[in-house]
Amino acid sequence: MTTKPTEKRSRFEPEPMPRRDFLGLAALASMAAAFFVSMFGMLKLPKAAVSASPAKKFSVALPDALPVGEAFVPPGRSVAVFRDGEGVFAISTVCTHLGCIVKPNANGFECPCHGSGFSKDGSVTKGPAPKPLPWLKVSKGGSGFVIDEEATVKTGTKV
Amino acid sequence: MGEANRSALNEFWVNLKSVPSQIYRAMFRGGAPVSDRTRSSFVFGNVFLHLHSVRTHLWSLRWSATMGLGIITTAAFLITLVTGVLLMFYYKPYPDVAYQSIKDIHFIVPTGRFMRNIHRWAANVMVVAVLLHMARAFYTASYRKPREFNWFIGWGLLVTTLALSFTGYLLPWDQLAYWAITIGANIAQSPREITDAMGITQFFDIGALQREVLLGSDKVGEESLIRFYLLHVMILPIVMAMLMAVHFWRIRKDGGLAKPVDVDARVKADAQEHYPVFTEEPKKTYQLAAVVKGRTPAVGSGPENTVPSMPHLFYAELGVLMFTTLICLVLAFVSDAPLKELANPLVPENPAKAPWYFLGLQEIVSFSAFMGGIGIPMLCWIGLGLIPFLDKETEGTGEWFGGPGGAKLVGWSMIYGFATSIAVEAFAIRFGWLREWFPDIPQLVITLVNPGTVITVLYAGFSIWALKRFNSTRAGALALFTCFLCGFIVLTVIGTYFRGPNWEFFWSPSDWSAH
Repeated sequence: MTTKPTEKRSRFEPEPMPRRDFLGLAALASMAAAFFVSMFGMLKLPKAAVSASPAKKFSVALPDALPVGEAFVPPGRSVAVFRDGEGVFAISTVCTHLGCIVKPNANGFECPCHGSGFSKDGSVTKGPAPKPLPWLKVSKGGSGFVIDEEATVKTGTKV
Repeated sequence: MGEANRSALNEFWVNLKSVPSQIYRAMFRGGAPVSDRTRSSFVFGNVFLHLHSVRTHLWSLRWSATMGLGIITTAAFLITLVTGVLLMFYYKPYPDVAYQSIKDIHFIVPTGRFMRNIHRWAANVMVVAVLLHMARAFYTASYRKPREFNWFIGWGLLVTTLALSFTGYLLPWDQLAYWAITIGANIAQSPREITDAMGITQFFDIGALQREVLLGSDKVGEESLIRFYLLHVMILPIVMAMLMAVHFWRIRKDGGLAKPVDVDARVKADAQEHYPVFTEEPKKTYQLAAVVKGRTPAVGSGPENTVPSMPHLFYAELGVLMFTTLICLVLAFVSDAPLKELANPLVPENPAKAPWYFLGLQEIVSFSAFMGGIGIPMLCWIGLGLIPFLDKETEGTGEWFGGPGGAKLVGWSMIYGFATSIAVEAFAIRFGWLREWFPDIPQLVITLVNPGTVITVLYAGFSIWALKRFNSTRAGALALFTCFLCGFIVLTVIGTYFRGPNWEFFWSPSDWSAH
C-alpha cells in the first residue's frame, strides 16, 4: 500500500497514480511515439525525390540579325537572350516577386502582375520585386548556345 | 367469426396494409411532435437533429441574435457539397483536359452550366457568410468563457473555408486559375525574402519547401492540379465536416448562444405566451453527476423562457436554408461563373487577379510579398484566434457592441479604420514608396516598412489608445477588430475595382491601357 491510511480521499479523487494508471500511460506514450514516427515517414511522401518538369538545359539558335539590346525569347521558355559587342547573355524573365513572366520593353523589363520594373541588366527599378532578375549560364554548343535555367551566373557575364 | 379473424392469412393482410404506418412508427418512435414530450423525443431521437437541444431560449430565436449567419454558412456548404459531387461526374483533373471538361460541363452537360454557377455562387456566399458570422460572434462578445474553444474551432473553419475556395480556383485550368495559383504558390515561397536578407537561404529554404510541397513540382503543372483537386474534393471537406460537427456540438455543450446576464427579465413579455415545463431550478443533471466534475452549463438555470426547438428553431433554420438556396439559385441564374482561355504558362494574365476575397491580400502583396502574403495575415490570424484568451471581461456578453466603448467606439474605429487605410493607400498610389525615392534601399527595409505594415501599426496604435482610454481589453479588441475589418474592405475594393494592367491604379476598368 502506497497511500497512507490516514489520508482521506473521496472515490472521485483516488490516489495520485496507481500502478495500473502508470502502465496505461506508458502504453499510451509508446503508442504516441510510434504514431509520430510513422507520421514523419508519411509526411515525406508529398515531396518527391525528383520533380516532374521539362529539361532545364536547352540550346538556342540566335537569329543572325538580332539587333543589340533586343531580346530574343526562345519558344516555350521564360528566358530573354541578348547579344551585344561583348557577347551573348541570357536573363531569366521569371519575376522575383511572385513568379509572373516579365515582358521585355524599351527600358528593360516590366511585370504585368504587380508592376515591378527592371532595367536592361535585370536590376530592380520599381515595384515590390525583392531581387534582380538572375542571369543564366550560357555556353557555346548545340545549335549555337546552350542555356541552363538552373545555373545562375554573376550579372554581367557574357559569352 | 373470431376464429376466422385470427387466421394467419388475415393477420398477414392486416400487417401488410399497415406497413407504411409501421415503418413510420419504427423511424419516429416518439410519435408526431404535438406535445412538449413528443417534441423533445423528436429531437433527441434523431441522429441529425440531436445536435440541437430540445428547447431553445427565446433570446436566441430573435432574428437579431444571430441573423441566421451560421445556418447560411452551413446551407451554402451543403449546396457546394451537392453541386460539387455532381460536377465530379464530368470533371477530369489533368491539365488541358480539365479545361475541356469544364467546357463540356458548360456547353454539353444538361444543367451542367447551372450547377457550376450554383457551386461558384454558393462558395462566394459561404465566404461572405462566414466572415459576417465571425463579426457577429465578435461584436456580441460571444467568444467568452465558456465559448473560447468554439471561437477557436470557428477560426479553423474560416481558414478551411478560404482554403477550399483557393484550391477550387485552380481546377478550371484557365488563365485566371493558372496565374492566381502561381502567385499563391510564390507567396508560400516568400519567406525567402527574409532568409535572403539574413543570408541563410542556402541552408534553410523553408519558402521553397512550402512551395514544392504545395505544387509537387517546381511550377504549376499536372502534379499541382492533382494536389489541389485532392485537397478540394477530399481532404478539406473532411476537415470541414469534422470541425463543423465539433462546432455545432459545442454550441449546445456551452449552454446555447451567449446571452446577457439579465436575459430572462428582458424576454419576460414574450415568455408569458408560453408555458414553462417546470419552474424550479434543477440542482444537478442526474446522469452526469456521478461521472463529471463541475457543473454542466444547464445546471442552476431553469428552462424558463425556452420554447421547444421543434418547431420554433427548426422552422427558422429551414427558412434560412431555403433563403440561402434561393439566393444561390438567383445569382447562378443571372451570372455565369467565369472561364477564360486555356492556361498558358508563358504569358501571364494581365492583370492576374485572385478571387475577390484575396484581392485585399494581393494589394498588400504588391508592396511586399512576405509581409503582405504571410507576415500580416499570420499576425491577423493569430490575433483573431487569441481574442477569447486576451479579453476575459464579462461586461456586455451576448449584446451587440457590448462592453466599454460600445457602439460609439465601433463607430469611431470605423471612421479611423477607413480613413487611415484610404490615406496610406492614396499616398502610396500618388507618391510611390521607398524604392521610387531611394533606388538602392535594402530589401529588408521595404519588407518592414511598406503601406501594409504602416496601416497595421496605425491600427495597433489606435487599439492601444482605446484600451487605455476605456481601461478595458474589450475596448481594445473592439477597436482593433473594427479597424482590420475596415482595412480589409478598403484593400479589397481597391484591389478589385481600382487596379488594372501591371497592377496600376485606374479610376475605372474602362481606362485600362491596351497591352
